[in-house]
Amino acid sequence: MAFAAFGHGGGSASAAAPTKKSKVALFLLLPGLIYLGLFFMTPLISLIITSLEVPDGSGVMGSYAYGFAIENYAKVVTEFWPQISHSFGYALIATVGALFISYPLAYFIGVKARRFPLIQGLMLTLVIAPFFISFLLRTFAWKQIFSNESPAVHFLQQVGILGAHDYLVGTPFMVIFGLTYNFIPFMTLPLYSILERLDVRLLEASSDLYASPATTFRKVTLPLTAPGIISGTLLTFIPIAGDYVNASGDFLGGTKTAMIGNVVESRFLVLNDYPTASALSVLLMGVILLLVGFYAKRSGTEDLL
Amino acid sequence: MARLAQEFIARGADLELVGIRKEFPGFTAIENLDLHIPAGEFFALLGPSGCGKTTTLRLVAGLDEPTKGKILIGGKDVTATKPHQRPVNTVFQSYALFPHMSVLENVAFGLKQRKVEDPMTKASAALDLVELGHLAQRRPQQLSGGQQQRVALARALVNRPSLLLLDEPLGALDLKLRRQMQIELKAIQMEVGLTFLHVTHDQEEAMDMADTVAVMNKGRIEQMGSPEKLYDRPHTVFVSKFLGQSDLFVGEVVESNASSLSINVAGSKITVPKDRAEKHTGTIAVGVRPEKANFHESEPAPTSGVNLIGPGEIIDIRFTGVSNQYLIEIPGIGEITVFAQNVGKSPVTELGAKVWVSWKVEHSFGLADLPENSAAESLSEI
Ligand SMILES: Nc1ncnc2c1ncn2[C@@H]1O[C@H](COP(=O)(O)OP(=O)(O)OP(=O)(O)O)[C@@H](O)[C@H]1O
Ligand SMILES: [Mg+2]
Repeated sequence: MAFAAFGHGGGSASAAAPTKKSKVALFLLLPGLIYLGLFFMTPLISLIITSLEVPDGSGVMGSYAYGFAIENYAKVVTEFWPQISHSFGYALIATVGALFISYPLAYFIGVKARRFPLIQGLMLTLVIAPFFISFLLRTFAWKQIFSNESPAVHFLQQVGILGAHDYLVGTPFMVIFGLTYNFIPFMTLPLYSILERLDVRLLEASSDLYASPATTFRKVTLPLTAPGIISGTLLTFIPIAGDYVNASGDFLGGTKTAMIGNVVESRFLVLNDYPTASALSVLLMGVILLLVGFYAKRSGTEDLL
Repeated sequence: MARLAQEFIARGADLELVGIRKEFPGFTAIENLDLHIPAGEFFALLGPSGCGKTTTLRLVAGLDEPTKGKILIGGKDVTATKPHQRPVNTVFQSYALFPHMSVLENVAFGLKQRKVEDPMTKASAALDLVELGHLAQRRPQQLSGGQQQRVALARALVNRPSLLLLDEPLGALDLKLRRQMQIELKAIQMEVGLTFLHVTHDQEEAMDMADTVAVMNKGRIEQMGSPEKLYDRPHTVFVSKFLGQSDLFVGEVVESNASSLSINVAGSKITVPKDRAEKHTGTIAVGVRPEKANFHESEPAPTSGVNLIGPGEIIDIRFTGVSNQYLIEIPGIGEITVFAQNVGKSPVTELGAKVWVSWKVEHSFGLADLPENSAAESLSEI
């Protein structure tokens, strides 16, 4: 599974490096390298170049000339600071939320349901089932469920959780809810894949050595499943930070909840402001790379937990 | 929460199993087990693979719940207590060392949970005891099987639990190291007065180390007692063969007086003292240990107090160092084994020699059951 591969690349330090250099291996890598160069590096470089362009002075919307406008970056940071902070703030909250929901779920499927393969298979299918419906549709369905005139919102207004003129769609809460919901499977699957291999005899040994269930979880279960937590959080945090569907006004968001993705979308597709959109994209990528690199380095060593 | 565990430290506690039954879905692993191990005793549980030894230990440790019955440690009913609250430690058959901790951290784990002072120093000392001090910083995966086993031993021993459960703790060690660990174990047990429940396949180990040996078979304890008693006077066919070797003879009781009874085996009379026989009437099995039997090249005069059968033919001789093992085929009775000390003047060394076999009546023992293929009038086995 792609998740597992990701998990090892990102987290666990145990992957043994092959010691023999082989020309065959290099040769086999070639198609992948060419693919990466063509379809990943080229757009990236083009994006960086675009992010430094300046208006060409013709006044025509969308026409820019090559330049070296580093100030584009300073401009986007000051101008779009709220959206940048939304992106990373929402991503952080939604990732943590997904972790807290997914861990018990994955633990149940991978450990508790081990003796009942039927239940295990059924629950796994349920986790993956949402993928069979377009996630645009599913997100839209949530918008319907919590729309301003919906029974759900009426009910919340009635019991006083929402004020008489408060609604859910367009609030940060709704956006974070949608993000968490949409990315739970990406958290659950890597967690499941590691929990399924957890040796419960080690938990028994821990309890035999006077550790309470809580201590056993903290000292044994958690460290042993850390690689799953790391790959799960990376697999959710990165796409959430760049997401633009949930926060968009067409779905669960509103004007006050825009994330970087929404700005990039409108600059690219509506305002034809390519340098700004590109600068924001590059910035997003750079920050994510930095964060992830730092996180993976910390968690590669065992002092993370 | 660790208080219960704390109370017992530094003193052995007695263990009592009352009417224990353990069912797995579709399989009864333990039928009805009653067991009392006095405090400070070295108790060995011996039995063939799959007879329920590990299951018994898991019940005592609290890792499984009995279907029926009670478990008392130090007089307290712990049947409903969680494993971490029991003053028990286990050396697991599968070692179960924590792969994310160093060897030293593994050993210190229990001490840290109980907030014992200076856990690292104590753990180091325990590692030195099992001669692994130099590998303290390694991960368990980087050790050999025997080294891992010794870490598992140190990890349990270092806690000085009032009841230590050992599930074949020395199985992966070579003979020399095993002897050495046996001596260490025994010394620790005596010094602190801990109660040991030791599961093993190795009957010599069980007889050598234990105060009491219990032989378990198919989820039941067949017989229990001091090693000497168990060896001298097995009660069942299973015990007579699982613990050492036995020559068994099956026959109808034909004579009986106040002190002894005799069976008829293919025309020969074999006598056993009544107080050494489990059954006194009908068809019974009588046995003797191969080293208690002698053979003679000429027919000895019948003597009272001696069982005599023969003549037969020596069909196999094995030299095992300290003794020679003779396999003798006696017409109508079958093959029987006789051990003779290898003292340089072995009575007979040729195959095919015609011999008579005798042993003292007081060395016979009468069993409660019959060998499975008792269709053969008698048989001898490994
Ligand atoms: N979880 C389980 N479910 C079903 N049957 C089990 C389970 N655990 C053990 N058994 C069965 O119970 C019996 C006793 O098992 P146990 O592990 O106690 O054997 P043992 O005496 O320790 O054997 P060994 O000497 O090979 O370790 C075996 O027949 C085993 O197949
Ligand atoms: Mg076992």
